[in-house]
Amino acid sequence: MASVATTASATRILPSRNASLWTAAWTLWEREIVRFYRQKARVIGVIASPLLFWFVLGSGFAHSFRSGATGSDQYLSYFFPGAVVMIVLFTAIFSMMSLIQDRNEGFLLSVMAAPVSRSAIVLGKVLGGATLAAIQGIIFLIFTPLIGVHPGLEAIGISVLAIALISFELTALGFVIAWPMDSPQAFHAIVNLLLLPLWMLSGAIFPASGATGWLRALMRVNPLTYGTDALRNALFPAQKTDFLLSVNLGVTIGFCLLVFAASWAIVNRRTNRPAA
Amino acid sequence: MASLTQSSVHLEAGAAHLESSAPISLLNLTHNYGDRLALDHLSFEVRPAEIFGLLGPNGSGKTTLFRILSTLMVPTGGSALIQGFDVAHEPNRVRQQIGIVFQARSLDIKLTVGENLKHQGHLYGLKGGTLKRRMEEVLSRVGLLDRIKDTVETLSGGMQRRVELAKGLIHSPSVLLLDEPSTGLDPGARRDVWQYLRMLRDEEGVTILVTTHLMEEAEHCDRLAILNTGKLVALGAPAGLKSEIGGDVVLFETANEQAAAELSVKIANRFIVSPTVLGNTVRLEREQGHKFVTDVVEAFPGLVEGISVAKPSLEDVFIQRTGHRFWTEKEEK
Repeated sequence: MASVATTASATRILPSRNASLWTAAWTLWEREIVRFYRQKARVIGVIASPLLFWFVLGSGFAHSFRSGATGSDQYLSYFFPGAVVMIVLFTAIFSMMSLIQDRNEGFLLSVMAAPVSRSAIVLGKVLGGATLAAIQGIIFLIFTPLIGVHPGLEAIGISVLAIALISFELTALGFVIAWPMDSPQAFHAIVNLLLLPLWMLSGAIFPASGATGWLRALMRVNPLTYGTDALRNALFPAQKTDFLLSVNLGVTIGFCLLVFAASWAIVNRRTNRPAA
Repeated sequence: MASLTQSSVHLEAGAAHLESSAPISLLNLTHNYGDRLALDHLSFEVRPAEIFGLLGPNGSGKTTLFRILSTLMVPTGGSALIQGFDVAHEPNRVRQQIGIVFQARSLDIKLTVGENLKHQGHLYGLKGGTLKRRMEEVLSRVGLLDRIKDTVETLSGGMQRRVELAKGLIHSPSVLLLDEPSTGLDPGARRDVWQYLRMLRDEEGVTILVTTHLMEEAEHCDRLAILNTGKLVALGAPAGLKSEIGGDVVLFETANEQAAAELSVKIANRFIVSPTVLGNTVRLEREQGHKFVTDVVEAFPGLVEGISVAKPSLEDVFIQRTGHRFWTEKEEK
């Protein structure tokens, strides 16, 4: 009896091996960031693509629309938030390609077999991708003077918040899409199908108020519409936009929570099939 | 004294868990993928601080069992307990107890050895000085402390496997699960891995479960479970299992399968034994094998083309229990 008790206790009295949600999420986030800056090509891509994008876009607009009396400058300023969203959109969703890589390389297996809450896994991964996307969007903000906007602290604050929320919701969306996939090609196919409509119907290139019928309805259910509009609220506080800032931020935060919950649910699912 | 009191508290609190003190115990563990039965009512126990081998050909259910024990898949029937915790219902309790070394690489090759261990440690709640000390301990144990700052992709396959081992041990698990630990390793690296495993067993009392499809690797285990198509066909120490086979293993090679069948019938009638036919060979177990061979050759001249007499191996145990060869399992399906 005594020997049973000692064996049992020997295996039971162990230091706690439960990582808190935040420690686990933090360490997974940190890994994403370290992986990023260790691959110099990715660093160059993230910093250079907004610069290049704006350079091409800006000069294109300046030369093509010069004759048009309606003012290309005005459209360029309308388009600016849409351009930010596009940059963020690509980086955010495609960053979750790394999830498929983690799965194929086996790293995900060891994370799934660790005693961490499944929401920490989602959080670490999504925040990692969202951070990179947000950095890109924020870099893009330095071009605001070129469209005649000189944002104050408040405008910058709201813009950064909007960019952060957009990055998070889109990365989490990428997570949900990437989780069941085992090949980057399949992920690409699905994302390509989704990406352009999502962006074009977000008010990035024309306002929802200008659209009619089903197009307008689609734009209203597109969660990205509210993020784009929030950015517009921040940069052009004097202009009337489609929705109020509070509505925009509210809907965006709501969608963040929704996709996060969806990600958590699919990761948390334990089945009779192999998990990772 | 304190630990005694504490253990009795645990005994009462977790009475349901303590039906047995075995680190791993399976009870009618069953798993099917659709209509394919991968594990068929497995029941056995692994004892504390032993190296326990799961031997079986491809498709025997080893990988399925490994996934279930590592909490990555829920079995469709029966139960598996690790340190008294059910792998299906208390996955996080189980995860705290086990260290896992997967067959495929699980390291992030873009990170350094140290960073990989640090993240793993964080996932298990280790931090700061404790984590740093533990990292140094496990790395010096596998002889790679000097490579702590190197990125994993610069390491050889054997070294990477040792880092995997260190990663699986970072949280001092009481049970270590290894899936085909020798895959892709040269004989030297293989020997190293087994040396570390024995050291862990002897010095830290870690219970180790190893899956393998290699007979020579299975020989290193304290005890073995031999699986075939999801069923437990043998359980015991390698030497014990081999000694259950009476005497020597005798093989007669013949020209073709008909000849083998003919020879088998003749031997059976003449010597009152029951030989097995495996392709064009006739196999049987017999005391004093060398003498028996001359009797057979004299009795049936012309049928026998080749002869082998050997001490039984684990493969012979497998053949005796299943009636077919270890490696041809797939083709026969």
